[in-house]
Amino acid sequence: MEKRVVFRHKTLPYLLLAPQIAVTLIFFFWPAGQALWQSTQLQDVFGLSTEFVGLDNFIDLFGQQAYLDSFRVTAVFSVLVAFVGLAVSLLLAVMADRVIRGAGLYKTMLIWPYAVAPAVVGVLWLFLFSPSVGILAVALSKMGIGWNPRLDGNQAMALVIIAAVWKQISYNFLFFLAGLQSIPRSLIEAAAIDGASPSRRFWTIVFPLLSPTTFFLLVVNVIYAFFDTFAVIDTTTQGGPGTATSILVYKVYNDAFNGLDLGSSAAQSVVLMAIVVILTVAQFRYIDRKVQY
Amino acid sequence: MVERRPWLDILAHVILLCGVALVAFPLYVTFVASTQTAQEVASAPMSLVPGPHIIENYTRALTNAGVGNMLYVSLIMALVIAIGKIAISLLSAFAVVYFRFPGRMFFFWMIFVTLMLPVEVRIAPTYKVIADLGMLNSYAGLTLPLIASATATFLFRQFFLTVPDELVEAARIDGASPMRFFRDVLLPLSRTSIAALFVIQFIYGWNQYLWPLLITTKEDMYPVVIGIKRMISGGDSVTEWNITMATALLAMIPPVLVVIFMQKWFVKGLVDTEK
Repeated sequence: MEKRVVFRHKTLPYLLLAPQIAVTLIFFFWPAGQALWQSTQLQDVFGLSTEFVGLDNFIDLFGQQAYLDSFRVTAVFSVLVAFVGLAVSLLLAVMADRVIRGAGLYKTMLIWPYAVAPAVVGVLWLFLFSPSVGILAVALSKMGIGWNPRLDGNQAMALVIIAAVWKQISYNFLFFLAGLQSIPRSLIEAAAIDGASPSRRFWTIVFPLLSPTTFFLLVVNVIYAFFDTFAVIDTTTQGGPGTATSILVYKVYNDAFNGLDLGSSAAQSVVLMAIVVILTVAQFRYIDRKVQY
Repeated sequence: MVERRPWLDILAHVILLCGVALVAFPLYVTFVASTQTAQEVASAPMSLVPGPHIIENYTRALTNAGVGNMLYVSLIMALVIAIGKIAISLLSAFAVVYFRFPGRMFFFWMIFVTLMLPVEVRIAPTYKVIADLGMLNSYAGLTLPLIASATATFLFRQFFLTVPDELVEAARIDGASPMRFFRDVLLPLSRTSIAALFVIQFIYGWNQYLWPLLITTKEDMYPVVIGIKRMISGGDSVTEWNITMATALLAMIPPVLVVIFMQKWFVKGLVDTEK
């Protein structure tokens, strides 16, 4: 879509664009170019000399068991975060769509975690599940479950998933609720008159009509699990124990700033960029579909 | 309501109450922990009744632990990011929509591509750029790399495209300059979009973690989110959980209040930015 009527001016539009373009060039294109360039370089241990090695960093990367493990950890983590988060939020949204009394209050009480910083979310759950002082950890050990996420990789994974999901419930809930409220009431009423039970109505009418929202949220949640959960992981497990919760973003950070392996870290950045591009394209496909729908 | 099913209504309320409790439980424990002494918190399991040390703990957090200054840094950072983003996006969207000039689509795509490069994927090289520019431990370094945003530019572009052409025609007939039109017509019309975007971007700026973690090494430049991380990095035995939890609560309050009191704008902003 274009404007029919526009202003005529030779220099003004460039001046208006200048701030944004300047920031974009300096802080986006320049670093991204550097990442691409560095990913083809090999630095010696003292950082004194670098040489061009082509795609060796990438070949090396995909030959590393640690990197493939990180892929596996990220896949498990993001699938579980997306699935659990969507299931819980959908349940709450369906119930909130049903109640009349107190609906506004429930909504307010459910959406505020969106505003809590992921790092703070991590600290809250770290405290609740801390083996020595955490109230939930103590409850678990009373039930006979030995709880120590610092030693047990699966428990560490459970901890970061719970924290990540808790933070994301509010976002999913809002979008599901909006999706539910846009489904025509007449369809549901017609089904009810035909004698369909509430659960049948949900699975045969509401859930299929909600699928564009679900698909959109799926992509958003995967992006969230890939990137925004860095703070949750850094405050709770630091990728540990071992590398049990070291997702790709955490590994990029760790290799660059603790391992000081810039070439490998840059190659990982490039792989991550490729993943973001794929996810973003998926997200835009959704918008196309929404128009048809 | 399609039909009367009282047991289903009760079930709905029960599930919603469970959801609310699940969401509120960590907050409650945080609050309780912030009102007790360090020993009381550490005696597992801690009591779930608020203790009497609330004023003492918060005063200690704000003064001794330096949280007052951290909150100030966070506030400046969140405001600069939110206002800066809105300002540069308004200007560039105005240029893209209301002018025809060589390279228009090129610049448009240049902004678009930045959607695909979150800070997380280009941390090391961006860090190097900031270090080379001498912007470590400064507000400029904290905010500038986060200020460019394709989302905001798109949002304003979408909105400007819905503004009737007659307004531009009228402004041109009256001899108004482009900037005059921008200031007197477009800005007042964009007020709701700006408010919605402000809420989202304020929260985004306040909650930044990875970037400040990298580029702030001096205590007086820590945003509060980083301050909390430094408090727990010593391990369980040395962490003063009551002070840490008081800080966590202080860090949560401003963005949560923004969401609760500007809920209408918040929901609009959330839905708009995802279009």
